[in-house]
Amino acid sequence: MGNVGAKEVPVLLSPEGLRIDGRKLDELRPLSIRAGALHQADGSAYVEWGANKVLAAVYGPREVHPRHLQQNHKAVIQCRYNMAAFSVDERKRPGLDRRSQEISKVIGEAFESVVFAEEYPRTSIDVYIEVLQANAGTRCAGLVAASVALADAGIPMADLLPAVAVGKVGGAIALDLKKEEDNFGEADLPMALVPQSGRLVLLQMEGHMTEPELAQALDLGVKGCREIYEKMKQALRDRYAVGPAGGVGA
Amino acid sequence: MSRGHRPAHRRRGREESSSRPSGERILVLPGEELPAHGLKPGPGTYRTGGKVYASVLGLLSTHPPVVQVIPLSGRYIPKPRDLVIGTVTDVQGTFWLLDIGAPRWAPLHMTGTPWKVDIGDTERFLHVGDAVAVEVENLDPTGRIGVTMMGDNLGKLEGGTIVHVSPARIPRVVGRGGSMIQMITRHTGAQIVVGQNGRIWVNGSPDAIRRVAAVLRLIDENGHRSGLTERVESYLLSTLPTSDVGPEEPRGESAGRLAPDDTPPFLGPTGPGPDPDERDPETNEPEGP
Amino acid sequence: MSEEIDAEIRTAHVLDLAAAGKRLDGRGPDEYRKITIEPGFVTTADGSALVRLGDTAVVAGIKLEPGKPFPDTPNAGVLTTNAELIPLSSPTFEPGPPQPGAIEVSRVVDRAIRAAETIDLTRLCVTPGEKTWVCYVDMHVIDHSGNLIDASLLAAVSALAHAKVPAKRFEIAESDYPLDVQHYPIECTFVRLGDTIVVDPTFDEERSAQGRLTVATDETGRVVAMQKGLVGAFSPEDVKDTVRRAFRHGEEMRVLAKGGRA
Repeated sequence: MGNVGAKEVPVLLSPEGLRIDGRKLDELRPLSIRAGALHQADGSAYVEWGANKVLAAVYGPREVHPRHLQQNHKAVIQCRYNMAAFSVDERKRPGLDRRSQEISKVIGEAFESVVFAEEYPRTSIDVYIEVLQANAGTRCAGLVAASVALADAGIPMADLLPAVAVGKVGGAIALDLKKEEDNFGEADLPMALVPQSGRLVLLQMEGHMTEPELAQALDLGVKGCREIYEKMKQALRDRYAVGPAGGVGA
Repeated sequence: MSRGHRPAHRRRGREESSSRPSGERILVLPGEELPAHGLKPGPGTYRTGGKVYASVLGLLSTHPPVVQVIPLSGRYIPKPRDLVIGTVTDVQGTFWLLDIGAPRWAPLHMTGTPWKVDIGDTERFLHVGDAVAVEVENLDPTGRIGVTMMGDNLGKLEGGTIVHVSPARIPRVVGRGGSMIQMITRHTGAQIVVGQNGRIWVNGSPDAIRRVAAVLRLIDENGHRSGLTERVESYLLSTLPTSDVGPEEPRGESAGRLAPDDTPPFLGPTGPGPDPDERDPETNEPEGP
Repeated sequence: MSEEIDAEIRTAHVLDLAAAGKRLDGRGPDEYRKITIEPGFVTTADGSALVRLGDTAVVAGIKLEPGKPFPDTPNAGVLTTNAELIPLSSPTFEPGPPQPGAIEVSRVVDRAIRAAETIDLTRLCVTPGEKTWVCYVDMHVIDHSGNLIDASLLAAVSALAHAKVPAKRFEIAESDYPLDVQHYPIECTFVRLGDTIVVDPTFDEERSAQGRLTVATDETGRVVAMQKGLVGAFSPEDVKDTVRRAFRHGEEMRVLAKGGRA
């Protein structure tokens, strides 16, 4: 988490309660989502969130490779989160590192909690998340993109999964951290919500908070998730809009 | 939570296909609560806490006593009696494995064909890469899809090509009472077999195939929009060959492979083929007799 | 969507069309799909470009970092290229170690960049024998609809053409400066469909192809790389003819790659 011994700690919170990029404590970064951004995948989405650029694709349900991973009574959900070498300030060696593997696991488990996998026994639902440009909150951006991609692919599930990270900057609880806030702040709490049930299916924390701070952070995160949820739904409605037909080549 | 299951009966009219009397099509997303007073949850929905929610992205469809969601995207989900077009991906001693674009491959057993196949001789009849038209027979609880080649309009496909569209678009490709597919056939002279799995076999002159493929692409991209029939007709009329009338000879012999002597070649009819269960173009729901 | 095994009648159809001088998407045998290039797509990279070639899409990112030169070339910088064919881009790719196809794309692109001397590696040297710039060229295929080689090199060259050496960030100079690109190699890939040799194959055309030939050219009239791939054969006349076509296409694509730069 923080850059201990970094040259200069930026001012994360002004006396007026504004953050390093001028946002209020409960304000999200600009977020745009495009469903169906790719041609080959069964479902896909492209997300620009603050300075994050994240792609997600879903293939399946399809036959399982390798076969020994097959489950008799349900689909397996295989999730792979990866960051491009050029997506971060210091070039990242290609290949899955331990951080990516952990994130792949928690995101996969979030989807397993909502996807109706029993409808497709002995198949695989493959979820791929690729971070092209990173600026904190990539696992949340990836989850949001992948969730829209799953809906785009026609995969049955209980709900879309909005996700956001809440943190603590300058002693105050703040929604949707950007890179400097993540690096120099005191805590980072990514979470994903099932709006239909009001429950969380992804929750992690780095850093430290008091009990009341944590309660406040959870409430703020849920509020942020509900805002993000509306944008996810709109992205899907835009793609599947019912309107006048175009011509050949239109 | 309890999951809905497919209704056993057939529904009636198109007007009942959506929940508004105006016939307005309502898009719903996973997690959206559905109006379900006195209705049972059907496919594409789930029930929890006394309420019914959509589980897939699709069109809301209410025909008492069931409320369901018709998916607008996703892979083909097999249903018994569907005619589907598949490609042989593997050959075993007693069966062939077919890729029909479903979540799983479908085994075609040697006894499910009109041929006399000896065990181990399967390669002689169908090899990897062959295209076939088969019918879905059954689905077992493990997801295994049983298909058969016994029946009219089923068999190995020779010549022509296969065009892929989203399975959700097939009802629009066929049209109400077969109207769309008949219009396409009439204006192109092509032989067309429509697979419910989004695979469509097209045979005819190069020009006919090209125009059919263009129309299918148009329907694939615009199937959920209004005014589509007019667009399709306008394209077909504006691209009629200036030379002459009547359907041209199909180029099956030069384009296709020669079948072994004792394999009956497939001869499809023009049009959608006799299908006892015609489907509503809006919802892919079977219409009653 | 593509599946691993395609129906033979579809392959035969592609070949039939080719025999009549036609293609599935209506293009002529010597026509490229629509190309769009967005330089600077990734701001965390020192140079980048998103290239769309029809439905194929590739993102290339350049990262420059100080490092040590190789012992046998103390006055030269280091250039590394890598192409990732990520599973997100195609149902036919699987996660795991790079498949031969990915390795081939990487290496064919790398050879073109090096042989053309796209960057003068001696200009990357900071202190001979001790410190030099290491230039990483990473290409990420995000949507695979055929012809990954041409799209990847185009993305790499566009990214290099718009790259800045981060000298200020690494405290090597007062300010960042543009990376000096001296040559602009462009790769053109052709496939044989029966007797016809078509340029810029789609995924379906690659599957039906009986041989593939890639020719890289630069703006000074040199051929800087060649690769014959897939199963099939080309006569010397075929090769000469495709080289001629490659020069012509290369000129057009080079303008796009430079996009706004003199």
